[in-house]
Amino acid sequence: MDLTTTYLGLNLKSPLVPSAAAPLTENLDNIKLMEDSGAAAVILHSIFEEQLEKEQYELHHHLTYGTETFAEALTYFPEPETFHVGPELYLEHIRSCKESVNIPIIASLNGNNIGGWTHFSKLIQEAGADALELNIYDIPTDMHTTGAQIEQNYLDILTAVKAEVSIPVALKLSPFFSNMAYMAKRFSDAGADGLVLFNRFYQPDIDIDELVVRPNILLSTPQAMRLPMRWIAILYGRIESDLASTSGIQHGKDALKMLMAGASITQICSVLLRHGIPYIRTLEQEMVHWMEENEYESVKQMQGSMSQIKCPNESAFERVQYMQGIQSYHPDSFTFAP
Amino acid sequence: MIMSTKTYAPLDGNEAVARVAYQLNEVIAIYPITPASPMGEWADAWMSEGRPNLWGTVPSVVEMQAEGGAAGTLHGSLQTGSLTTTFTASQGLLLMIPNLYKIAGELTPCVIHVAARSLAAQGLSIFGDHSDVTSARATGFAFLCSASVQEAQDLALIAHSATLESRIPFIHFFDGFRTSHEIQKIELLEDSVLRAMINDERVFEHRSRALTPDRPVLRGTAQNPDVYFQARESVNPFYAQCADAVQEAMDKFGELTGRNYQLFEYHGAPDAERVVVLMGSGCETVHETVDYLVAQGEKVGVLKVRLYRPFAGIKFIEALPETVKAIAVLDRTKEPGSAGEPLYQDVLTVVQEALFSGDGSLKAKVQNISTIVGGRYGLSSKEFNPAMVKSVFDNLTQAQPKNHFTVGINDDVTQTSLVYDPNFNTEPDSVVRAMFYGLGSDGTVGANKNSIKIIGDETENYCQGYFVYDSKKSGAVTVSHLRFGPDPIRSTYLISQANFVGCHQWLFLEKLDVLKAASPGATFLLNTPFEVNEVWNNLPLEVQEQIVRKGLKVYVINANKVARDNGMGSRINTVMQTCFFALAGVLSKEEAIAQIKKAIQKTYGKKGKQIVEMNLKAVDNTLDNLFELPIGDVTSTFRRLPAMPDNAPDFVRDVEGKMLIKEGDELPVSVLPCDGTYPTGTSKWEKRNVAQFIPTWDPDVCVQCGKCIMVCPHAVIRGKVYDEGQLANAPATFKSTAVRDKDFSGQKFTIQVAPEDCTGCGICVDVCPAKNKSQPSLKALNMEEQLPLRETERTNWDYFLNLPNPNRTTLKLNQIKQQQLQEPLFEFSGACAGCGETPYLKLVSQLFGDRMVIANATGCSSIYGGNLPTTPWAQNADGRGPAWSNSLFEDNAEFGMGFRVSIDKQAQFATELLTKLAGTVGDNLVQEILNNHQTSEADIWDQRERVAQLKASLQNVDSPEAKQLLSLADYLVKKSVWIIGGDGWAYDIGYGGLDHVLASGRNLNVLVMDTEVYSNTGGQSSKATPRGAVAKFAAGGKPSAKKDLGLIAMTYGNIYVASVAMGARDEHTLRVFMEAEAYDGPSLIIAYSHCIAHGINMQTAMSHQKDIVESGRWLLYRYNPELAQQGKNPLQLDSRAPKKAVKDSMYNENRFKMLTKTKPEEAKRLLEEAQQDINLRWQMYEYLAARQTGNGQIKTEE
Repeated sequence: MDLTTTYLGLNLKSPLVPSAAAPLTENLDNIKLMEDSGAAAVILHSIFEEQLEKEQYELHHHLTYGTETFAEALTYFPEPETFHVGPELYLEHIRSCKESVNIPIIASLNGNNIGGWTHFSKLIQEAGADALELNIYDIPTDMHTTGAQIEQNYLDILTAVKAEVSIPVALKLSPFFSNMAYMAKRFSDAGADGLVLFNRFYQPDIDIDELVVRPNILLSTPQAMRLPMRWIAILYGRIESDLASTSGIQHGKDALKMLMAGASITQICSVLLRHGIPYIRTLEQEMVHWMEENEYESVKQMQGSMSQIKCPNESAFERVQYMQGIQSYHPDSFTFAP
Repeated sequence: MIMSTKTYAPLDGNEAVARVAYQLNEVIAIYPITPASPMGEWADAWMSEGRPNLWGTVPSVVEMQAEGGAAGTLHGSLQTGSLTTTFTASQGLLLMIPNLYKIAGELTPCVIHVAARSLAAQGLSIFGDHSDVTSARATGFAFLCSASVQEAQDLALIAHSATLESRIPFIHFFDGFRTSHEIQKIELLEDSVLRAMINDERVFEHRSRALTPDRPVLRGTAQNPDVYFQARESVNPFYAQCADAVQEAMDKFGELTGRNYQLFEYHGAPDAERVVVLMGSGCETVHETVDYLVAQGEKVGVLKVRLYRPFAGIKFIEALPETVKAIAVLDRTKEPGSAGEPLYQDVLTVVQEALFSGDGSLKAKVQNISTIVGGRYGLSSKEFNPAMVKSVFDNLTQAQPKNHFTVGINDDVTQTSLVYDPNFNTEPDSVVRAMFYGLGSDGTVGANKNSIKIIGDETENYCQGYFVYDSKKSGAVTVSHLRFGPDPIRSTYLISQANFVGCHQWLFLEKLDVLKAASPGATFLLNTPFEVNEVWNNLPLEVQEQIVRKGLKVYVINANKVARDNGMGSRINTVMQTCFFALAGVLSKEEAIAQIKKAIQKTYGKKGKQIVEMNLKAVDNTLDNLFELPIGDVTSTFRRLPAMPDNAPDFVRDVEGKMLIKEGDELPVSVLPCDGTYPTGTSKWEKRNVAQFIPTWDPDVCVQCGKCIMVCPHAVIRGKVYDEGQLANAPATFKSTAVRDKDFSGQKFTIQVAPEDCTGCGICVDVCPAKNKSQPSLKALNMEEQLPLRETERTNWDYFLNLPNPNRTTLKLNQIKQQQLQEPLFEFSGACAGCGETPYLKLVSQLFGDRMVIANATGCSSIYGGNLPTTPWAQNADGRGPAWSNSLFEDNAEFGMGFRVSIDKQAQFATELLTKLAGTVGDNLVQEILNNHQTSEADIWDQRERVAQLKASLQNVDSPEAKQLLSLADYLVKKSVWIIGGDGWAYDIGYGGLDHVLASGRNLNVLVMDTEVYSNTGGQSSKATPRGAVAKFAAGGKPSAKKDLGLIAMTYGNIYVASVAMGARDEHTLRVFMEAEAYDGPSLIIAYSHCIAHGINMQTAMSHQKDIVESGRWLLYRYNPELAQQGKNPLQLDSRAPKKAVKDSMYNENRFKMLTKTKPEEAKRLLEEAQQDINLRWQMYEYLAARQTGNGQIKTEE
């Protein structure tokens, strides 16, 4: 079965690509296991602008706190000549990955404001990354910032990063734009080689016993794939950028749906956290099995087949379908999913 | 001379010496001791960076368990052929003495570098004098003394060269703090100089004498009366040649560097009649004074002693000018009961020998000498300035000069002191003299060190920085003394005439006389919270007066605001440094700003761009906020606050109060206790007002659990239950609510904060479990600004203290909410804000304080517990409370054992007498006393009443036995002996003694406050340090697992052993303390104590302990031998199986996290190993706690 696909100009042996998640990609052994289990490429965990800054402040604080106060203890820590407080460790990780595996390594860079950190993208390229996924992780809460300003900020960051590198750049996005289609077009026009749909934002929970807000990160569920699938289907064929799906892939069939919607690759994360990295092979086998049963020859054959421009009922992806869905709902006919 | 570009750098003495020692050794054995620790720290840090020595190999730096151990390793390493050194001071050097005899006796070349420090006598002192080195003078080591930072570097090399040439081992010493910590711009040694000074042939010879099975020999024999004496004399030729070897090394060094040294170096008038002889940093001050006096036509000089042992008498005489008539020998030590201090005796001896000698030229040299007097100066870094030097010279002009004098103090008891004119000043106008008053936490000292580097590196000026610190660890005041000038600076004394004074904290104006040293016309830079037009009227009267009288130019800035606005928090260092450069005129303003920015880049660059940018921004925004203050009339209506309130006891107010306001130097001998005995309960008089924010209590939200009281490190949060009637005269703002505990139903409850004693650590707020249901961001305790609350809460606190304390006999001590109503007898310590140790001490003082005696190992707890002026150990209304003492670092368990044996003996004798006197005092009373087992608080109180009765009846009995019993009767009330210290003591230096004492079976209680690091000396690794933690002496991460002290102790079987973490489970801690004390045998409590040296958020440190326990890094358990006696498993595991990855708790602490920033691969490896340590340890404890205990019967095969 021909599972090959192309994404960001990279020829991949299949559309199954583990996505940026530190628990999966921090460890070099995991990267090797991913390759052995059939991953077509790996998107490394993100290097966070915010986190690097925070760590610098923390290190500085702890190295100075309480110092030069008491004659016997003028400091509390040795202070070596060098600290790896920038992206060095991440760059080293890219280098190690490149040395250890043959599949493409896609680095991930995370920030929310234009700044010096965009220069990291160049360093990432120099470290050997095959492509870069730019994750603009922003939850705007400032009541004085307009939608237009936010949109421009995204574009500015993308432009700044594109100016630094020659490797392909994918943009990982949130779905919260007034007009996703319009923004997708603008990003594509601004040079995004790919769009990754969508970022899953941190949504904390409330603990009513302890009266605290808990950063309770949930693994994605199959329902989570509906939103990206719809937008991939809508955007497919209408913009230059490749489309990648992320969120919700639990089975081989889920991946197939995404490919049919128009995804070049399907990023997988929660399923691997649940079942382990070797589960990539299971997903692949499930895909192959279905494709064989249904006499498909290749992934390329199905890519975009169920996109809005190609599917038999194109309006199904639009809002009206939602209205119809609500109106046709009757409690008696509702059953819980097993 | 080797021609090369000279390299200058501002360094302190420790670094200057460590650079040389590191280069010239293969093995370095280290152990922390102030003020020598930084030398070991440098060596360890360089090793972890892989820096090679002169021969291209990286020295092995090993930390030992004690200085005795370091000396043993030194000896062993030397014996097997390695070039080896160690660094030490004070008691550390004393612990090395046995080995020093051996090393010298075996003619082994080596150099030990000593930052000379006082010895503990009537009290410990970390500061500098020659008590330690002179105590080691008989060991056979040669002693070479440096007087300045430059010399310390140079003579370190000369010592290493001379030891190899002479085979005599050397102690190279320099004054602790004054030289070890003073920053001076010095000329650095090039490697080529080191190379030229060290003869490799001598190194090979040293190696050829090594113990090796390839050339086996026997060394360390036991010798008998027939030969020991002769063998001891066999070394004489080596000693005879040693001085020449040193001089040759000095001469060679002079050729290489242009810096010439002499064994005895004379400086002064060629025709001097009066000469002062001394060694160490004081030489520089005398040198400076001599120059001044000679310029005025006085015939004076100074003879600096560099080679103190072997004392080359002839060289000494040769160095003296022939004209000398009177000599004053100054010793920086005291030998009570001696014929004179050691250097004085040496000088007397050699002069006398010269007079008796047959050598005419020698005789001629000394024939005019009619007077030799000795005097003591500078003990414990006591100030030694030109005024004092002048008085020493003046004394020599007297017909009957005072001998065995002291200078620098007012000895009004035995009248030994010389009088001096404090206004005598020799400093030239060309020297910029700047003083800065700062808080430890505001970064003042760091900024000043930076300024010295800028001026030292970027200008032709010489520079000097010396820093005076506080005795407190929180809210500590620092005073920086900086000098800059075109000529080398020899002023090894504090600035008394400053032409620049910076006051970096407004609150100092009401506490300290910050302008005392300001010279007329000086510049005064003041950090103020006020607008410029409000500043003048808010200055205390004394400050206004001095500004006007001295014609000071005053500049003000709201540095806190500038710092805050630029993301610097409370660290105003960069802001104030920028102001200093703008005003001081050492560099042009533009040049200065450029240099500060360059320095910021250099200093902070390695910590990341954000840190650099934050500081650069602060620089850019400073000068627009700096204003010259218009000087007004002296109109202020308020004065500086008194150091202590008027109602404090006389001694506290008049003596300790003086120390508090930094005027302790003025106290005469007569007011100080002659035997080191000081009153307790004194910290309460010292209102420090160090907190910007303090907790306030919301009675409506409070659940009255007592947790806040328990965790408060400073005993500033207290609770009381009382009758409503007590509120009749309460201040209007005094808060009260109905008590929730049914045992006290109908009564009132109050939580009160001591606003002026609180350090604002916020730990109470963090542990408070009660949240406001309408706004959960608020709790029952909430931090609010202190200043607006100070007055009202002070009144409330005073009122609260007068409410009655609970009846101790009826409290349910197993419930925290009731137990915490007990009065703490450990309060308001100077420990770090948020200290993790002090809550345990407060708890033990609440439970047993009225009958406890404490042996406290040297360390943090002996410093915040016993560093003058005040002590947190307190007394209750009956005048009872903990009796406390500190012996040494290494002997604390044995010291406490002495308490126990002695108290038991006294109690036993009292019991014997009581039995004998039954007929006299009444059989019933005697039986009641003897039969009271005193197992509860009520029993104790009953016993006290009976003993009071007994004493009353004994008053009227006139028999020797009755008198004996009267003096011993109080021992019939149980005394609780507590042996307290940190992990450095218990795991390392004191472990041998601790082991022995625990094995004794005696009823004593050992509390180890385990911070997992040597906290007091700045965070050196101990055997309690966990794997993977970065600490000093473990800069590359501790490579081995933490020692399991508890498990070792359990193997004895009869020791109560427990491991607690108050922040993880407070009720467990309480239970353990009660069980341990109740156990009639040795008990060992190992208490997890978070520490500033962990690099944690101190406010959440207690709750972080939960994470630590949940990750299994710290186990909670009790091993109670009484259970074994009942046939049960004595070990109870009180914490659950680890449920969190160790990484998640470790990486919340900088000590672990920073390794990922310095050695990421190593961090990864050590993290994995640390997780494995924890897993295996848990499995072992789980097995031990679950196993069925045997009955002691072993089946044998038939």
